[in-house]
Amino acid sequence: MQSFLDIFDIYLLEAVINGILLGGVLALLALGLNLIFGVIDVTWICYAELVMIGMYGMYYLVQVYHLPYWAAAPLVILLVALLGAALHYLVIAPLLTAPPINQLLATGGVLFILQSFATVAFGIDFRNLGIRLPVLALGEMNFSYARLLSFVAALLGMIGVYLFLTRTFTGTAIRAIAQDRQIMPLMGVDTKRIYLITSAVGGGLAGLAACLLVLQYDVHPFVGLSFGPITFLICVLGGLGNFIGGFIAAFVFAEIISLGGLFSDLEWGYVLAFAFFIVMMFIRPAGLLARRS
Amino acid sequence: MNRQLAGWIIALIVLVAVPFVHRDPYHLHILVLILIWSFAYTSWSIMGRFGLVSLGHGGFMGIGAYVTALLWNHLGITPWIGIPLSMATAGVLALIVAYPCFRFRITGHYFVLVTLALSGIVLQVITATRDYTGGSLGYTPQRAPSGKGLIALQFDDKTTWYLIALTVWVVGLAVWRAIDRSMSRHAMEAISEDEDAAAAAGVNVTAEKLKITLISALMTALAGALYCQYQMFISPDTVSGIAVSLQMVFAAIVGGVYVALGPTVGAIITILLAEVLRISFGTKAVGWDNLVYGVLLVLFIIFLPKGILGSVIDLVKSPRKPPRGHEQQTVPIARR
Repeated sequence: MQSFLDIFDIYLLEAVINGILLGGVLALLALGLNLIFGVIDVTWICYAELVMIGMYGMYYLVQVYHLPYWAAAPLVILLVALLGAALHYLVIAPLLTAPPINQLLATGGVLFILQSFATVAFGIDFRNLGIRLPVLALGEMNFSYARLLSFVAALLGMIGVYLFLTRTFTGTAIRAIAQDRQIMPLMGVDTKRIYLITSAVGGGLAGLAACLLVLQYDVHPFVGLSFGPITFLICVLGGLGNFIGGFIAAFVFAEIISLGGLFSDLEWGYVLAFAFFIVMMFIRPAGLLARRS
Repeated sequence: MNRQLAGWIIALIVLVAVPFVHRDPYHLHILVLILIWSFAYTSWSIMGRFGLVSLGHGGFMGIGAYVTALLWNHLGITPWIGIPLSMATAGVLALIVAYPCFRFRITGHYFVLVTLALSGIVLQVITATRDYTGGSLGYTPQRAPSGKGLIALQFDDKTTWYLIALTVWVVGLAVWRAIDRSMSRHAMEAISEDEDAAAAAGVNVTAEKLKITLISALMTALAGALYCQYQMFISPDTVSGIAVSLQMVFAAIVGGVYVALGPTVGAIITILLAEVLRISFGTKAVGWDNLVYGVLLVLFIIFLPKGILGSVIDLVKSPRKPPRGHEQQTVPIARR
């Protein structure tokens, strides 16, 4: 009986730590989406599909053109950042004065476009980088280096964005626009330029997430659907546009999925997370950190 | 008015006569699909036209299809009872999620994302209970022994299915018309403009929204059940989940959300487009139909937010008069 409890605890601890590691990447995804929402007031439903394109970018650069991983990653981040800027310029900018739901649905159209573009261009086969990172054994627990690396890189990425937003002039302008989008143009801020930069930064974050996720998951055109919805739920749970709330919510969700998956199938972990989300919406409609009105 | 009524009756007679004149099974199959999906899209736009954009309808459709099929296979309950039960299940779920949403004023982006979670849950539950539902491999209702087709609601004859689908589609349009002419429509339009003002004017905001949501969810579940009985094969990806929800939104918007026949036009366009691409390009066409959908959806929302039929009707009725302000938005919504 005692030995059974020991093993059980080890598994529990492993699941908790894996949850934290997963939470790092989810927090990175949520940060990108929150940035876009907070500044431009638009939800990119197709955010996870940008990540998918980035993952394909990594696959082609590393597997087909034989670039080393470290050289390919910046290129992919740049590519997805450009994609984000293009998305804003082509789809969101003409709709800036339209009702918010129209913007959301238009990015839903972009979701279709990116998914089927990937299907047409890359086929529906599962692909992976073929990089197998070793497994770190800590006592009786096993953690993959891929997850540790993702966690650290995600944290670094988030710190980078934080410094950009607080220490640079452009970052300050971005935060100011998020607070009051009517006044800032009067203060001489070029909102069009700021929106484009924000979209590029959001895209860049998706690109970074792609570089990290491609280490752990196979790429296929519908891979976005497996972590896209969860990203939106994290952002809403944390309060759309609330960076710290999104950060906390990412770890809450990751733990629920990880622990739910420990006691049952992985799907039930997701079901639990979704159900938790709906319950939380009724207890705290404006997000985890919102003050009750 | 009388001429309009006569036009409708003639159109209906022509539609009923189609399978007796033109017996090509492939064409009838396409027509049945168009009618069933038109009904589903109409159900979505009953809510969508008032700015209640739901991405949870994939979930309701999945419940309609799976509950009916599971009751028939595991308990032997005939779809004649199973379909109302599945509709009731979807209705209860809609109320459970929608009541707190409306009570706590969850609107706009938040409402869209809560309903997105709903269809996510349904999809994951279907996949997770794979011992009963077959998971992502799909599910087939058991064939009824010959002679018992009526009890099992299974017909080999395409004509029968065409008539059933036509009836349901006409009922869907009738529901649309009934709502269009009721006080609810005015109440909902007021709510979609400004919830506080509507409440101040004496509209029971929560009750009105719940009523519309319930009707829409029940109809969507019926569409799912019919699709299951007609195709005799369902999989989580074809009847539930976010992709199906987005497909509904897309077709309704392309056709036009504000006119009764708009979703039908949307269904005709999307299904014909997919079929034409499939026939002319074969397996090479995989993905192309969605690519075209996506581009069309973006273009429509930017340039033609009232949809094809809505814009055509505007053009015919008043070529020079500018369209009414609030209808210019695809989906008007009360700002947070």
